[in-house]
Amino acid sequence: MSDIPMNHAAPASKIVSPSRVLTAKALRHRSFMLGFCVVGTVALVALLAPWLAPYDPYKQDLLARMARPVFMGGEWKHILGTDALGRDYLSRMIYGARVSLMIGFVAAMISAVIGTTLGILGGFFGGKVDAVVMFIVSVRLALPATLVALAVVALFGGSLTVVVLVLGFLLWDRFAVVMRSATMQVRQMDYIAAAEVLGASVARILWKDVLPNVLNALIVIITLEMAHAIILEAALSFLGLGVQPPTPSWGLMISEGKEMLLFESWLITIPGLALFVLLLAINILGDGIRDITAPEGRN
Amino acid sequence: MLKFIAMKLGLALLVALTVSFISFSLLYMAGDPAISMAGEGASAEVIAAVRQQYGFDRPLLVQYFDWLMRALSGDFGISYYFKTPVSAMVAERLPVTMTIGALGMGFALCLAIPTGVLAAAFPNTWVDRMALGIAVVGQAIPSFWFGLILIVIFSVNLGLVPASGTRSWTGYILPMIVLGYYATPAIMRLTRAGMLDVLSADYIRTARAKGLHWGSVLFKHALRNAIIPVVSLAAVQLGFMFGGSVVVESIFALHGAGFLAWESISRNDLPTMQALILIFSMFYIGFTLLADILNAWLDPRLRAG
Repeated sequence: MSDIPMNHAAPASKIVSPSRVLTAKALRHRSFMLGFCVVGTVALVALLAPWLAPYDPYKQDLLARMARPVFMGGEWKHILGTDALGRDYLSRMIYGARVSLMIGFVAAMISAVIGTTLGILGGFFGGKVDAVVMFIVSVRLALPATLVALAVVALFGGSLTVVVLVLGFLLWDRFAVVMRSATMQVRQMDYIAAAEVLGASVARILWKDVLPNVLNALIVIITLEMAHAIILEAALSFLGLGVQPPTPSWGLMISEGKEMLLFESWLITIPGLALFVLLLAINILGDGIRDITAPEGRN
Repeated sequence: MLKFIAMKLGLALLVALTVSFISFSLLYMAGDPAISMAGEGASAEVIAAVRQQYGFDRPLLVQYFDWLMRALSGDFGISYYFKTPVSAMVAERLPVTMTIGALGMGFALCLAIPTGVLAAAFPNTWVDRMALGIAVVGQAIPSFWFGLILIVIFSVNLGLVPASGTRSWTGYILPMIVLGYYATPAIMRLTRAGMLDVLSADYIRTARAKGLHWGSVLFKHALRNAIIPVVSLAAVQLGFMFGGSVVVESIFALHGAGFLAWESISRNDLPTMQALILIFSMFYIGFTLLADILNAWLDPRLRAG
């Protein structure tokens, strides 16, 4: 453990707890901290939306339509201006953060459960079980995700629940692939053999020995798939087959602003930029977690 | 080698069969196709007549095999909305999608491979950082928004290329960039990782020690080995691009298969939806099969496993 820089407060002879080492590593990892702060801020905004939003995001004011944002010579009354129905853009952006994060998180959780179960089973048992798992993964990958999601939403209607479920049931492939190879590595370890010799049940080994040891990789994939789900939801909503109006979704706002693309391009710039920054932050957060939890700790 | 190909082919056929069943039954889960065909508010007799005429009253499996047999002979039925044969429509639209797919992949490879190689050749320098930047941005930028921004800049403000349509070849430039950039990050990361691996190998040190030109070592000796996994990734990405074409074609109003998919989906046109989901899947399966075979040919070690 000598290569891990010690905290100055702790004498070098003391054993530093792993969680403290991780925290120290995390604090020194600049892009991780940046991603963490941005995602944290968006999450806070989403949580506190009713208190932060200056207006009701659904309230139309037809007399104040298409007011420009402050940085384009607008008034402070509507900081980010108003849309074609006179709804306050800032309030819609704030509530839109809720939609994005909620869909991203729940969809990633559903796919994490499906993909991790498949991946761990395939990686642990190998042989026929693994062949079946890989077959299911190949079938899923062969189905065009965007098309299937669009079709399902078109057939079942674009409620938040339908969108979350369809994304959750479509995006588990990476979980299965990564968890499978991580489990295969863990399977070779002596402690698994030891647990087997001690007579532990398979369920116990999977739950107590395998899962905790593939958890780091799992967290990385959860963040990356969350970004994937958010981007897909926005794309579906943009195509008119995702979250339905008047719900404030960033993808839907870009789609509504598209009509005024030639004259008022800020209508698409603002939600697009928010989406881009959030996705960028989630991605570098995921990359950061991978760096920090890597056993050798690159850099 | 033949045994390897036969095994992969058999597996691909099995996947294709499963996918065809899913794409067929998926669209039956939503409810009675006879009702959606007859239209809202149709009387019970009309619905019953439609059900009988189109054979919706038969068992699902019988309908599936019937549909599959016809699909194999290229008959996907008549579109509910356009009232023309689905296969003729798809055949007319596919060339556009294939063109932007091929152009996009070409763009992605031209951007990703050189930057990936350079990033690995100069790790932890500004070159590496820039490559990482391109990848990270490409992963995070929503393609529909990126497309709209490019339209605002290059069509509206600068007037360099048309915002939509394919009347001239310049109409393909923006779709190519948007679709290609989407596939770039994964290819670049894999190229970089593969090159970093290969560059630490003994034969690279030997080649350099012999005094060979660094550029030729990089691109001739190292890249040849590092490119093998990139081949399968590029095939997978090309398959994904067909799915991504739905978004890109709707932004640039290109009348390809992706746009047709969006039109048919938003109009509940079941036969067209089924056909397109199946065809896009078949492209993916075909590309990955081709990549597997190509890989086995490039790397004999893979044939054993």
